[in-house]
Amino acid sequence: MFVPLLQKIWRVVDDRTGIAEAVGPILQHPVPADARWAYVFGSATLAAFIVQVVTGIALATTYVSSAGDAYDSLNFITNNAPFGSLMRGMHFYGASAMVVLVGIHAAQTFLHGSYKFPREANWLSGVLLLFLTLGMGFTGQLLRWDQNAVWSVVVGAEQAARAPLIGEKAAQFVLAGETIGGATLSRFFAFHVFFIPGLIFGIVGFHLFLVIRNGISEMPRAGRPVHPATYRQWYHELLAKEGVPFWPDAAWRDVIFGASVVVIIFVLALVIGPPALDKPPDPSIIEAYPRPDWYLLWYFAVLALIPPAWENWIILLAPLLGALLLFAIPFLSNHGERAPERRPWAVGAVLFVIVMIGALWVAGEQAHWSPDFHPDPLPAAVVGATSGPVATGAELFHKKGCQNCHRVASYGGRRGPDLTAVGRRLDVAQLTTRILNGGTNMPAFAGVLQPAEVEDLVAFLQSRQ
Amino acid sequence: MTQQMTPKNNEQDKADRLDRRRFLARISLWAGGASAALVAVPMVGFLLAPLLRTKPRLWRDVGAQSDFAVGVTTDVVLEDASPLPWAGVTAKTAAWLRRESQEEFTAFAINCSHLGCPVTWLPDASLFMCPCHGGVYNRDGSVAAGPPPRPLKQYPVRVRNGRVEIETTALPVEGA
Repeated sequence: MFVPLLQKIWRVVDDRTGIAEAVGPILQHPVPADARWAYVFGSATLAAFIVQVVTGIALATTYVSSAGDAYDSLNFITNNAPFGSLMRGMHFYGASAMVVLVGIHAAQTFLHGSYKFPREANWLSGVLLLFLTLGMGFTGQLLRWDQNAVWSVVVGAEQAARAPLIGEKAAQFVLAGETIGGATLSRFFAFHVFFIPGLIFGIVGFHLFLVIRNGISEMPRAGRPVHPATYRQWYHELLAKEGVPFWPDAAWRDVIFGASVVVIIFVLALVIGPPALDKPPDPSIIEAYPRPDWYLLWYFAVLALIPPAWENWIILLAPLLGALLLFAIPFLSNHGERAPERRPWAVGAVLFVIVMIGALWVAGEQAHWSPDFHPDPLPAAVVGATSGPVATGAELFHKKGCQNCHRVASYGGRRGPDLTAVGRRLDVAQLTTRILNGGTNMPAFAGVLQPAEVEDLVAFLQSRQ
Repeated sequence: MTQQMTPKNNEQDKADRLDRRRFLARISLWAGGASAALVAVPMVGFLLAPLLRTKPRLWRDVGAQSDFAVGVTTDVVLEDASPLPWAGVTAKTAAWLRRESQEEFTAFAINCSHLGCPVTWLPDASLFMCPCHGGVYNRDGSVAAGPPPRPLKQYPVRVRNGRVEIETTALPVEGA
């Protein structure tokens, strides 16, 4: 009774709209039979994007995009609104999933040579989507509009200011004025919820259109190079001989993997919850430790580790060259072998990028270059004395900020060398010279310390054996 | 009496229709382009307006002269020159104020000249230190160590009628 009624309604709707006629051939279009689990990352990225759209719309119904109220509205969403914490969590882990999946999708496409003829435009539109995804990540972190977000905007403006000629204006564009203020958040909100998603919707549509037009690439095989003159005919013959309909023969893997991604996002949001809000976005609160979200920690490390003389070049040119290189890939080679085993440079390039970003990520997570502003004083057991020059020197070591950068027996910062056994390496004269004159990354303390204080400090350091 | 369609007339008719089509296509493109420009130009102007708008500079009171001891560096809070009504706490900014002598004060930006992070004053070490990448400055704002390319920016500061005033200014983003 109910099913026949639904079928009747569907027939009427389909007759008037032509949905089945329009969508049917797309769903049934033949795809290579061997395109299996390796090809699920693009659709999973789309699934994560849909999660972002749905949860983003939900959050936007309560989030107040005003610099003065956004923080309180986020506190309300997180702590008071029903499902608010879950929505924020899903939006955060959805963003993380999107960044990870778009990266895997790009790497897999590159390794399989799927950017070669006739799919060059697929690659180019995909690169645009990769950058837009990172743009969504950065602007989204700023919408958290806590202290970390405010200082991240300042760091972003400082980098924009490095551009020659237009630097100052570019920085003002980022800030939406001369300082952080009422217009700053509204600007980022508009970019995060309208401008960038609008571009993503348009380019995803174009990307999918190209996937249908040029077909899903067959799995690469060594000794089966792409010849632009004959590839299309060969591909159509392959599909005619071995192709299977996209729905459901190939699509079920996309659905299962995409659904798994959604489940993981949900579980993470439920179990771990959204990232905690930092202090309020008050630029006059000076004690702040700005850090980007995890997917940009590697870039945070880059900014810390590059030699100062190269900074401008790397900050301005490295992203530009990286983007140009990604866009240039299909122009550099759009034919020939696709199989990774015949393209060692491609495999090497992907491994290099993974190792580089991985190593920088670990460095960014540890952030040893950041001083420890609140180190615990050295306990008597570590100092080895409760009175005399060594004990006084240990107090000075803590009080004068030495311990902010230097570690002794796991107490203190890691910006400078570990001084747990410095007494074995440097004698009294060397220690005195270093303390008074400083070094490349160490300030000179000659004007700060009294001679007696220097002697006590050296006595303490000499006792570190 | 009807006109006979000779081959020559037929050609002329085709040419006229082509001209008409070309004209209609062009006028459609021009109309579309003009209407798009009508929307886009003011929109881009609206987006770029903050770049053209220069905020006024104002002297903000940060406390009585007697509140600050000679040789001591303290943080002071001041408000932007013309905050938007919905700016909330983001209208505030801070500066490090150091009383050099009875009459002389120096106000430093809290922003590290490396990438803008807020520097902290360590009174016992007489140093400013940046939490982001470990930049260090001496008490006079000169670079002591680390990646900062320039000294800390100084804000104009004056004493009027026993009150210390700092002039509001743009965020010190100057590149390197």
